[in-house]
Amino acid sequence: MAGAFASRRLQRELPKLQATTSPGIKLVSATDLQEWLIDIQVMDSAHPLYAGQTYRLRFRFSGKYPIEAPEVMFIRATAASCWDQKPRSIPMHPHIYSNGIICLDLLDKAGWSPVQNVESVSMSLQSMLAGNYKNERPEGDEVFVRTNTQRPRDVNFEFHDDDC
Amino acid sequence: MDSEDEFMSGASSGDDFANIEDSDDDFDNEDQDLGFSQDKDIVRTSKKSYEVDFEVLGPSQIQLQQDVQIKDVADVLGQPPEAAAILLRHLRWNREKLFDRYMENQASLLDEVGLEEDASHTPSTKKIPDFECEICMSGDSDVETYALKCGHRYCVDCYTQYLASKIRDDGEAARIQCPTSGCKRIVDSKSLTFLVEDNLKSRYRELINRTYVDDMENLKWCPAPECIYAISCSVRKKDLAKIVPTVTCECKHPFCFGCAHEDHQPCPCSLIKKWIQKCEDDSETAHWISANTKECPKCQSTIEKNGGCNHMTCRKCKHEFCWMCMGLWSEHGTSWYNCNRFEEKSGNDARDAQAKSRQSLERYLHYYNRYANHDQSNRLEKDNFAKTEKKMTLLQNQSGMSWIEVQFLETAAKTLQECRQTLKWTYAFAFYLARNNDTIMFEDNQKDLELATENLSEMFEQPVEQLSAKKLDILNKNTYCSQRRVTLLSDTAELLKRGKWTFNISLD
Repeated sequence: MAGAFASRRLQRELPKLQATTSPGIKLVSATDLQEWLIDIQVMDSAHPLYAGQTYRLRFRFSGKYPIEAPEVMFIRATAASCWDQKPRSIPMHPHIYSNGIICLDLLDKAGWSPVQNVESVSMSLQSMLAGNYKNERPEGDEVFVRTNTQRPRDVNFEFHDDDC
Repeated sequence: MDSEDEFMSGASSGDDFANIEDSDDDFDNEDQDLGFSQDKDIVRTSKKSYEVDFEVLGPSQIQLQQDVQIKDVADVLGQPPEAAAILLRHLRWNREKLFDRYMENQASLLDEVGLEEDASHTPSTKKIPDFECEICMSGDSDVETYALKCGHRYCVDCYTQYLASKIRDDGEAARIQCPTSGCKRIVDSKSLTFLVEDNLKSRYRELINRTYVDDMENLKWCPAPECIYAISCSVRKKDLAKIVPTVTCECKHPFCFGCAHEDHQPCPCSLIKKWIQKCEDDSETAHWISANTKECPKCQSTIEKNGGCNHMTCRKCKHEFCWMCMGLWSEHGTSWYNCNRFEEKSGNDARDAQAKSRQSLERYLHYYNRYANHDQSNRLEKDNFAKTEKKMTLLQNQSGMSWIEVQFLETAAKTLQECRQTLKWTYAFAFYLARNNDTIMFEDNQKDLELATENLSEMFEQPVEQLSAKKLDILNKNTYCSQRRVTLLSDTAELLKRGKWTFNISLD
């Protein structure tokens, strides 16, 4: 449940996001103030991994947003449910697990800043993809995906590098 | 002689009082040969080789330690105490490093921790025309705003919420940064006290104290629940392979200064960590499975053979095979129930591997069972303190002994507990010992202590009617147990200190 503080802030973010001019970022749905869906694309049309692909991000907000980081992950979607009739998959990336959970310090409580917002997080993820040319999953992906029962924000990631 | 002694030791009369009982024998024996160094000897012998020096600190002493250091640094650097505190916390109370960094580049250090040159200014809020706060994305000209030296300005409401969340939810205090992403400026305690509500201030102070103890290598919190004391001890991390630093808090909780685990004499920290991991790990279950089962060659179901002949029929897939060679049963032709491929090399290898695995499993179980047994008894006896007291009252009523005269039961209960605790960990220790003469000596010591402890336990459990007649026996056994325990711990600690033990595993 979004608290009053979170609601107020999200209500202010929403129109800005709807009118966004950032290329490759598109608000898909924001029916309430708890869960928003954003589509992102890597703008580099020659990118060996992500060119021509669209990926879907799910933001979930607690009542303490933006003091507390939102829960952000990639999700799958069928072609039929998407506006462009193309399916959404989980992008290959050494910091993205195959269940969509993202290992990024920005989304962790130590790295999060309340000045961040949905658009800035989307942009960070966009550039995290654009800068990657490794067609691989994080180490231990299989075990993590099979055994993890925690919500993304409770997972204790160790950040091996901060430039992801 | 006596009077001379008193004269010599006049300066430390406090110590003498504590040692008077212990030293009675010494006085008798050594009366003739020395007078001068005697006092010193008593002090030396009173500390056993497995004991370490430590000091218990209460909240006010922890505060005082900090204040002294802050004042020291403030005097040396010519900074206000507030600034000195931030600097010390920032560099984790490492004064040498602080002085080095300060002398090297004062401006950059001050900048790094968010201190301005004029640290004496008082924080205040400001109204900014047409202000929009980046956190709540709203605001106007008459909202109060605040910024640290970095100039990142937010409305007071948001700032307060941000700090409250950091203090309350994340337990941060000394190193909270400016809300701006990437800004490393630390929120100083003056700003913090200015912004947060009163009920959070005490929590903040508590957290600040916590970080002090956490940052100091010679300090550790007592891990007992709700305990407010910290222990100061000079044993360092690198010493832990050579010593087991057991300390006892003011709250009576004994624990290991090295790893904050319960008292685990005589087993070094790194070994108990491995042992606990091993016991918890289901790798041991896997071990059992590998020692006791095989897989169906067709459907890979795990099968435990608990009797019968070698002709196996898998319950799941109905596959028929030979338990010995795992080959198809149909290929065994007429050699019914007697696999003649048994001597083949592949069969031999499989058998060897299985035997080895079984042997190592049995070895582990030998130590584990004894460890778990003492652990269990110890736990029961801990719960039984109330029972001991009842027993004492009962004995008092039945035998006409005074309360002081029945104290031997409580002493015995305490000894039993200590011995069980020690015995428990001797098994974890022995599991990792390589076989040699020292190990044999250790096991002899262990056996003696175990036997004596079981005897004492048996005496202790007798019906109350018989206890008064057994008082002397119990007292004697009690003393014997304590002595055996001290011997075992001292001998083990001595060899550990000298690095003489050979382990079948690396100590780190």
